[in-house]
Amino acid sequence: MNKTSNFEFDDLQGLLRFGHGKLTDTCFLLLNIADVDAAKQWLSAAPITDASTTDTLPDTALQIAFSVEGLRTLKLRESVIEGFSDEFIVGMTGDESRSRRLGDVDDNTPSKWEWGGSETAVPHVLLLLYARQGELDHWRTTVEGEHFAEAFHLLSQLPTQSINDIEPFGFVDGISQPTIDWMQKQSTDIHERDRYSNLLAPGEMVLGYPNEYGHYTPRPLIDPQEDRLAAELPDAEDEPRLKDLGRNGTYLVIRQLSQDVPGFWRFLDKEAASDADRREQIATAMVGRERNGTPLIAEHIPGIAAEDHGNNFTFDLDPKGNHCPIGAHIRRANPRTGDFPPGVTGLFSRLIKILGFAQAPEEDLIASSRFHRLLRRGRSYGSVLSPEDAVKPDAPAGDRGIQFICLVANISRQFEFVQNAWMVNSKFGGVQNERGPLVGHRKPLIDGQSTDHFNRPDAAGTMRTVCHLPQFVTVRGGGYFFMPGLRALKYIAATPTNGRDSAS
Amino acid sequence: MTPQSTFMITATVRVGELKNLRTLLASLNQEEIPGHANPENNLVPFGKFDRLHFARFVIIEAKTAHEITAFGVNPRPWRPTLAFLGDIDGDKESFLAQLAEHAASGLKQIFSYCEDFSEEGSDLLEWMKRHNVDQQANYVNWIGRTVKQIHEEAALHQSLSAYLQQIVDEVGRENIRPLRQKLLSYVEMEKHKGRLTLTPPEPTPVGWKTKNLMHKFGVPLILLLLSPIFLIIAPFFAIRLRMLERSDPELFIRPSREHIKTLTVQEDWDVSNQYSVFGDVKPGLFRLLTFRFIVFLTDYIARHIYNRGYLTRIKTIHFARWVFVDNNHRVFFASNYDGSHESYMDDFINKVGWGLNLLFSNGVGYPTTTWLIKDGAQREHPFKYTQRRHQIPTEVWYKAYPGLTAVDLARNSRIRQGIENRQWNDAELREWLSLI
Repeated sequence: MNKTSNFEFDDLQGLLRFGHGKLTDTCFLLLNIADVDAAKQWLSAAPITDASTTDTLPDTALQIAFSVEGLRTLKLRESVIEGFSDEFIVGMTGDESRSRRLGDVDDNTPSKWEWGGSETAVPHVLLLLYARQGELDHWRTTVEGEHFAEAFHLLSQLPTQSINDIEPFGFVDGISQPTIDWMQKQSTDIHERDRYSNLLAPGEMVLGYPNEYGHYTPRPLIDPQEDRLAAELPDAEDEPRLKDLGRNGTYLVIRQLSQDVPGFWRFLDKEAASDADRREQIATAMVGRERNGTPLIAEHIPGIAAEDHGNNFTFDLDPKGNHCPIGAHIRRANPRTGDFPPGVTGLFSRLIKILGFAQAPEEDLIASSRFHRLLRRGRSYGSVLSPEDAVKPDAPAGDRGIQFICLVANISRQFEFVQNAWMVNSKFGGVQNERGPLVGHRKPLIDGQSTDHFNRPDAAGTMRTVCHLPQFVTVRGGGYFFMPGLRALKYIAATPTNGRDSAS
Repeated sequence: MTPQSTFMITATVRVGELKNLRTLLASLNQEEIPGHANPENNLVPFGKFDRLHFARFVIIEAKTAHEITAFGVNPRPWRPTLAFLGDIDGDKESFLAQLAEHAASGLKQIFSYCEDFSEEGSDLLEWMKRHNVDQQANYVNWIGRTVKQIHEEAALHQSLSAYLQQIVDEVGRENIRPLRQKLLSYVEMEKHKGRLTLTPPEPTPVGWKTKNLMHKFGVPLILLLLSPIFLIIAPFFAIRLRMLERSDPELFIRPSREHIKTLTVQEDWDVSNQYSVFGDVKPGLFRLLTFRFIVFLTDYIARHIYNRGYLTRIKTIHFARWVFVDNNHRVFFASNYDGSHESYMDDFINKVGWGLNLLFSNGVGYPTTTWLIKDGAQREHPFKYTQRRHQIPTEVWYKAYPGLTAVDLARNSRIRQGIENRQWNDAELREWLSLI
């Protein structure tokens, strides 16, 4: 099945294919629509960057995404909106049960957020501008044009700053990324994917294509007989009579995560009795990588070039976490497990594993990572503060953190699953009541058992435990957005403002 | 060893009393936590019953009854039914007697909303026995592990873990034998002071042992004797199965957000959650017999093979049961599992999709399967929609050991075994220390 060998990159927003890493200056705008007609006019002419490649790298980029309120305000019919997923329609903060699941409790509670903290506070539009160093202001003026202020109301401009892929705690970030199998060469069949692979079916990230189950994620499909405007949309591959508003689009999840850099390093410094090497050791164990990105484990896996040392490994050889602790950040974020636990060599051993026999007590708790991958596109913000400076008593205060962005085709199976079942889960992979050491909140369990510690398994036997971990990362804002393909964007811009069966 | 058993008392709710019953049941719950029992509530003080693992009150309503019309069959009538379920140590009869003794007034008050129960006129114990429904398949994560044992072993782990932190630097991480010696004497001391108890297991009831053994060997024997018949019907079975799998309507209906909300509001407060699901058996004798046979085998396998912490690749289910009701036309399934709903389902699809297909594909609304084990659950969205659509809220849910997962319980038991078994080599010792 090689039908997409000429993938429609020109209909895809560039962010799905590129991180725009060379475009160091960024500006993330949270907008509400002030005038629907003016907004539609601006949208129909907006120079949105697509994913096709050119001979020279572009100097600028522009990407756009809409919240469900944004789509409603733009008069997208409610019957079309119903085609999106529940998570998108309800929103990141629209339901307390979701907040509980995501760990948005205590200090992370949405009511304390700076933006997006309630259903009505979610911005309509998220506009992402990228430019080469020093050229952002000029690009912004170009992008906005004449009637921008008339069309949109600027709610907030999220701070961003490029510090060369190093996140504020001082670690190289963004190393683990799935490779999208644009040509759909790899089989998604469970019987052919025993081991972990970094290659991922396009349908995991882009709507309108088969996902890792070989199926199409539900998305809005429109009958062109009833809606002539839809004739310009791409065809739905799985429903040839219908047009696909989702195709070449994706969901964009954004969370502003504030990082307490002095708090982090001072805590570790105290824990290490001010021994710089020990301090570094504990931090490294919590992250699962050294500051330069070297993982605490080395091994070769398919789908990643052998030279990519930062990514070319699984945890199969370290089941107990003696090298990289089970609870370490990178192990939670991507456990790198195949569909079967290690040791499947033939039919018989496969059958034994399927039936659950011959397993160590804590083996196979986490499987099939391929269904829970995120394409990350975040940027950090705040002034750089090295660990060495952060531990000093006169360390400069200031807000630092990351504008976490990920692109997924299924918010609940990908982003929410990773956040809930892996990141903040106090029982992840059999750990003993500890949440993600970097990003987790520290709320005790329902029976009062504390979760504010971090265990490092040790070959000697007894684990090394760090107790009374404070919360280092606090959520300050966030939301679920839809990043349409370019034809879908044209459709959204063109829908009549007196739309039939509209929500309002 | 004390074997586990179950009870499930069901009765039709009186017409017009549904809302009042819901309000009364809600009063059993903790104020801040919807659907979670207050262990010390006045009506049914669950916490006082030290043989009780899990319990729930659920009002079984047939909200998806109309789905069977897709098969050209009229829905059968179903009146909302109150079910009170529990998983317990030891036998059902003596437990029901305890319930009737210590929670009489509360239970009477609750059951008075049901037909043919009057607070004054009915003998509660007799009535409960009469209204008990047996399951067709039952899964127990670890047969023989009692509530008492779970609490004692959790206390042991907590105590050892704190003490080990205290002594490890002083004794030295590498000095594993002295470390262990210290831990052992510490446990002895704590036991002596009455702060730790490790009650030895009770002798296995002889009657249960005999019955279990007869079941263990009897069932395969009977199946073996019947195997010629199976062989003869196999081709016909295969043809009929494939015909039905091709022709059965697949219902791709998204559950309403309102319905999802009533379910999720009860979830993710503890590390474990409950799941109650109710639906119709697909019409026709073929589907019913296939369903019953698979459930029968599941019960056998759960009882004799998967009784030590895992059900094939799944280690997150504490208890689960399948109950056929309404004269075999409908099935009720209840489970207690670790993790959140989404991860429970994803884990299921990816690890045991084939098992789900076997067990549920004979129910109305289940996504199309091939040869009973293929596809089905791996049709992700049809499957996720159908299982949520058929899920019903649980009014009151009780778990005797909040904060603990099945993996925790197994670990705590291994720690305890390490205290009691003394002949270990270095590698085993390190392994044991790593658990604490």
